[in-house]
Amino acid sequence: MKHLLGTKDLSKEMIKKILSSAGAFKDVLRRDIKKVPTLRGKTVVNLFFEPSTRTRTSFELAEKRMSMDVLNFSVPASAVVKGESLLDTIRTIESYEIDYIVIRHQSSGVPHFIAKHTKASVINAGDGMNEHPTQALLDAFTILEKKGRIEGLDIAIVGDILHSRVARSNIYCLSKLGARLRLIGPPTLLPPALKEAFGISELKVFYRIEEGLEGADVIMMLRLQKERQIRGFFPSEGEYFRFWGLTPERLRLAKPDAIVMHPGPMNRGIEISTEVADGPQSAILEQVTNGIAIRMAVLYALQTEAQGVGESSG
Amino acid sequence: MRILIKNGQIIDPFQGITGKGDILIEDGKIKEVFLVDASNSYLRHQSGSPKKKNLPVDLKIIDAEGLYVFPGLIDMHCHLREPGFSHKETIRTGTLAGIRGGFTNLCCMPNTNPVNDNETVTEFILRKAYAEGACYVYPVGAITKGQRGEELAELGKMHSAGCIAFSDDGRPVMNSLIMRRALEYSKAFNVPIISHCEDLALSEGGVVNEGKISTRLGLRGIPKEAEEIMIARDIMLARLTGGRLHIAHVSTKGGVELIRRAKEQGINVTAETCPHYFTLTEEAVSDYNTNAKVNPPLRTEEDLEALIEGLKDGTLDVISTDHAPHHIDEKLQEFDAAPSGISGLETALPLSLRLVQKGYLSLEKLLRKFTVEPARIMGIPKEGFKEGSIAEIVIVDLEREFRIKKEDFLSLGKNTPFDGWSLKGKVIFTICKTGIYEFK
Repeated sequence: MKHLLGTKDLSKEMIKKILSSAGAFKDVLRRDIKKVPTLRGKTVVNLFFEPSTRTRTSFELAEKRMSMDVLNFSVPASAVVKGESLLDTIRTIESYEIDYIVIRHQSSGVPHFIAKHTKASVINAGDGMNEHPTQALLDAFTILEKKGRIEGLDIAIVGDILHSRVARSNIYCLSKLGARLRLIGPPTLLPPALKEAFGISELKVFYRIEEGLEGADVIMMLRLQKERQIRGFFPSEGEYFRFWGLTPERLRLAKPDAIVMHPGPMNRGIEISTEVADGPQSAILEQVTNGIAIRMAVLYALQTEAQGVGESSG
Repeated sequence: MRILIKNGQIIDPFQGITGKGDILIEDGKIKEVFLVDASNSYLRHQSGSPKKKNLPVDLKIIDAEGLYVFPGLIDMHCHLREPGFSHKETIRTGTLAGIRGGFTNLCCMPNTNPVNDNETVTEFILRKAYAEGACYVYPVGAITKGQRGEELAELGKMHSAGCIAFSDDGRPVMNSLIMRRALEYSKAFNVPIISHCEDLALSEGGVVNEGKISTRLGLRGIPKEAEEIMIARDIMLARLTGGRLHIAHVSTKGGVELIRRAKEQGINVTAETCPHYFTLTEEAVSDYNTNAKVNPPLRTEEDLEALIEGLKDGTLDVISTDHAPHHIDEKLQEFDAAPSGISGLETALPLSLRLVQKGYLSLEKLLRKFTVEPARIMGIPKEGFKEGSIAEIVIVDLEREFRIKKEDFLSLGKNTPFDGWSLKGKVIFTICKTGIYEFK
């Protein structure tokens, strides 16, 4: 595997391999000296065209833990504002002899576009409404840690599915690992032709959160992607919370040991109540910790593949 | 100067001529057509014996044995980009691309810079076409000033200057009252109003068909209804006004059905589709291929089939190219940012010939959609191979298989999703007022 563009093209074997090495890297993070020399001498550029705090810092920390040389390329200071084309930006960066490009962009398909025009390994850190594969991998890792398995679990994904790259990556990833998926949200925020698009016949769709949460093992809340919503998908945030917000009462409809996840940043009181976000069933902060381990595992997987040591992703 | 096209398989949908024979051209005009059955070739006709070859010295002979000879094609919908966007295409390169594709008449849309919304721009285009164009160019004027959809442009003056139809192509006329006025007012000049059907509120932000692919790729979708609602509206306005409505680039099954029903009711509506809509589906953008980004977007298998059905039963009168050349830098961008459009002049005929090869349309019927029908709708006086007509001829090898190579395009726009495709049916000669063009 040269690039990580999405979980759509990731084989089940490759997902499992990344999850298992993430376990080893998580152990590293618990040590006193939290650094391994694995990727010393390799250079990575974090190319973020969209504001991001947690994903960018998580990648940066993972890269530093792997002993990489890290270059941060952020948009406001960049040439893009001066009218440079994306392709020229990539070519310029490539001239620095970079080994990895971690890219976030507001347009879907940009990592795929870049992968065609660079020799470096491209890691998708979120492209438009398309995919956010490392988020899905860290979510799967977190579920595995908490539940011991993914196969056969009932996992509910709730909220703004239409605009969510986290949802798309999770749908591909979790279904490959054998989970039963339920998508819950207002009809305006559920994309069309879901079963056809994802090729999953047993995908269940619910408009009412109460029905969708019944007996769920995992509840993944999504952030309302206000910056991507063109207009009027629901009347008000208050009404949204009334019908689709995760409250303690609604959480009780799920299995008693159900876990609650959120990719952050959270909108408290809009998609999730504070009691739930900070409650005993919440796995939200563990997701953040696991994000570093997963990103180390992804960097590792790409480098072993690039050297032809590992197996093919198929 | 005389030209003799010998032993070609002649099909002239204007005159209803089909058969093997010769065409004699004298001083750029059709002198005579000799069908083998009737007079057994020009040479025999001249000398009484085919063996005696005392040919006139100024006679150029084109051997069309095994080739087909058609009247030059008409594209009633293309973008030549001048004035304003000569990095995408010029009248020179666009007409040469037309010639290479078998077209000798191009109707160019007004979304230039400045917009062709006044007689000065119309005159500029015509003068430039006369000086540099390789074939005939017929400008289509804007319906509204600046194509802003707010107030009518000077349709009458532009018509006098040479515009043969009006369209805000690339944009719809969203205001129903303005569209009503356009359909009504244009009756004074008996010209068609060509409608780019798109409800901008429904299509806002969209870059691909809404459905499986938009969901899978995380791209904003444009529902088919965005097109169909406007087709329905414009049909009703045509009924109200009795104006001449032509629907551009129909891409959906629902659109075909609406037009079919309108025609049954006797409403004055005609319609076109383009080769990419009956050749490709939304799957073509699967890899974020910006060369398959087009507006309206590529749709689904069901739509593709309905479009072919519409071509068969005549609901869709015309095949146009919607030739929309763009510079390589513009297409080499993120999918959202890349402009819509396909460079289509040089692939339209072989792509459409697939409909004949697959048995959907007879060759004669297909040709009508490239000749007789656009001439009728646009009011272009063409009479095919009638004696005395200006010679506009395309000679095609229907059996010749060839590979589409975008580097070979004469158009500046290399933006094609068909690069590398192997197609059957190659233009070998195009003859028009500016000369004889041969393509190996």
